[in-house]
Amino acid sequence: MQALVIAAHGSHLNPDASDPTYAHADTIRETGAFDEVREAFWKEEPHFREVIRTLESDEVFVVPLFISEGYFTEQIIPRELRLDDWDPDQWESDGTSASQATLEAEDVGKTIHYCGPVGTHDAMTDVIIQRAETATEDPNVGDGFGLTVVGHGTDRNENSAKAIEYHSDRIAERDRFDEVTALFMDEEPEVDDVTDYFESDDIVVVPLFIADGYHTQEDIPEDMGLTEDYRLGWDVPSEVDGHQIWYTGAVGTEDLLADVLLERAADAGADIGDAREAVQKLAASVAETGADSGPEPNAGAGAGD
Amino acid sequence: MTVATDDLEILLERASAGVAFDGLHVAETDGEYTLETPVNEWTGLNETDLRQALESADEYVTNWRYWQEEIGSEGTARRAFLRWCERAPVTDAEPDEATTGPWSDGDGDADADGDALPVHERYDALRDGINREWGQLSITARFVDIDDPDGERVYDLWHVDDAGTDLGDLEVYDDPRDARDLATYDEDGRYRPLKTAPTLPGGWTFTGLSGDELVETVEFFYPATVANWHRELRGNLDVDHWLETAERQTGIYDVIDELPREAVEWMVEACCVDSQCLRRREWQYEEGDDLDVDGGDGPFPCREPCSLVIAAARKWAILESESERTYELELTTSELNQLEELIDAVAEGHTDEIREADVNDGANRYRARYLRAKRFDDEGDLEATQVDE
Ligand code: SF4
Repeated sequence: MQALVIAAHGSHLNPDASDPTYAHADTIRETGAFDEVREAFWKEEPHFREVIRTLESDEVFVVPLFISEGYFTEQIIPRELRLDDWDPDQWESDGTSASQATLEAEDVGKTIHYCGPVGTHDAMTDVIIQRAETATEDPNVGDGFGLTVVGHGTDRNENSAKAIEYHSDRIAERDRFDEVTALFMDEEPEVDDVTDYFESDDIVVVPLFIADGYHTQEDIPEDMGLTEDYRLGWDVPSEVDGHQIWYTGAVGTEDLLADVLLERAADAGADIGDAREAVQKLAASVAETGADSGPEPNAGAGAGD
Repeated sequence: MTVATDDLEILLERASAGVAFDGLHVAETDGEYTLETPVNEWTGLNETDLRQALESADEYVTNWRYWQEEIGSEGTARRAFLRWCERAPVTDAEPDEATTGPWSDGDGDADADGDALPVHERYDALRDGINREWGQLSITARFVDIDDPDGERVYDLWHVDDAGTDLGDLEVYDDPRDARDLATYDEDGRYRPLKTAPTLPGGWTFTGLSGDELVETVEFFYPATVANWHRELRGNLDVDHWLETAERQTGIYDVIDELPREAVEWMVEACCVDSQCLRRREWQYEEGDDLDVDGGDGPFPCREPCSLVIAAARKWAILESESERTYELELTTSELNQLEELIDAVAEGHTDEIREADVNDGANRYRARYLRAKRFDDEGDLEATQVDE
């Protein structure tokens, strides 16, 4: 038997913080690729600390639903899962290349395949592009468009910017969009001045965040000038300084993210059959019908504790 | 009641290796069978006799099939929980041999095996439905087919407060995942970050769940409670005490091990008592150094401080690092009493139960507004002077 654990942050204050975790877990449940699929949280229940004991499987794949490598993926999650032999060096990562490490969870005697976070997986690049397609409702979006991947920037985590830059570089290499830039909330270059960095009239703005919340639904839209007050909402696209800004909201809510979770587990040796195809098909059909395109202003606003 | 042909065939297949389960014993030696139930014993049976005899022991046969062939998973928490739901001995032993487990000194319902029923009594009870309480959940185990039970069980689930409510007045669900949404908000629409807070709203029911679905649903309402209950039952619940947990913290939580011992007592009194949490606090200050505050009578063991308590502890660790001062402020005796009533009303969460016109209650809104109007200065602060400088 094999189990998948999706390890996410969650929140004591904002119930919507865990929505993407539940949504992606459900998508993967539907594929039947794992005997057990379990959500686990730092701030909600089941806590990282208790999740492994709720599983019957001996092989457990743990994928952190986090954007970057750093404090949570290197310290908190392994510590709370009781992976006593863990050492970040086992990932041999330069900050964006963690794959997996196989360890024992000491309290339960199960084999844990501890994977790198979803945010730094190569497949995340495709999710960002899919996000742009979903928001513009154009599967061929690119020509005449600029794209920016937005991250938090230096916030207790030096690798956070690396993940953002990694994906912008990869997108730029594909020559699909006219211009590609990484922007940040708390460091230069800043998302506030988004229009300064683009010549294209149309700019797709994709925040590399897991859940919609305070940053993606209040800070960033206001900072970019999409709206005076986040409570009033904004249009997609919105006009700012003569540019059309296509703001997509958190990339973590994109259906295709379930595919990245599956890939992480498969890279670590999970047998996932044709689950990836099923998830990709589902994500494509949702994108086509535009069933959940664009952010919902006002949804999930609240302090991300 | 009849035994399905399939069940008989499977049982015959298993007989050569010997079947011993819940009072049913079947054995084969050189084509001769023995069959034993708590009420009857047959020896020297040929296959035809055995089939006939099994027909009269139908309850034991269908019970064996349900547990051994359908649920399986011996030794798992899931199976133990489902056995507990119908008052079967959770240890799979004979009822009179079953160990009672650590809960036997609690009240009847918390008992693990102390109130276990033998098969024929359980079968009678399953026709009407066997009820169990798991926190604020009421679980009923019953036969799918009440008139002609074939051993197949299903499970219904609702809020304990809805026990007397007409099924038609409840929202009916059958997907375990819906429990996630039902557990998210309390009756007043406030977010419930602690799943074991005794604030689960009612008004819903899950009906006809399979055993697996029931466990999944319960786990969405009360994550990890089944696993920890099972560990406690087997005597291997691992407890992490306060200091151990506090010292493990890093980052912004690094400070919590500085919380004075006395403040840890206040903290557990604030957070971990029965009125606030259905878990029974098993963790202490440290191994061999118990906290004075009682751990409570909650049904689920709490094996270490939860994330909510850790987050609150951080706040208190910071607040407790402030030194005390002496202030002078003018209050009438009644106003001092009123402050006590106000704090009490907020702490007990009953401010909204205080009637608009009940000006006898110190936490009445008009009384509070009056006190503010009278005693606060223009900046909105209490007029108090520090006198120990
Ligand atoms: S630490 Fe206290 S509040 Fe938290 S789950 Fe345990 S008993 Fe409940």
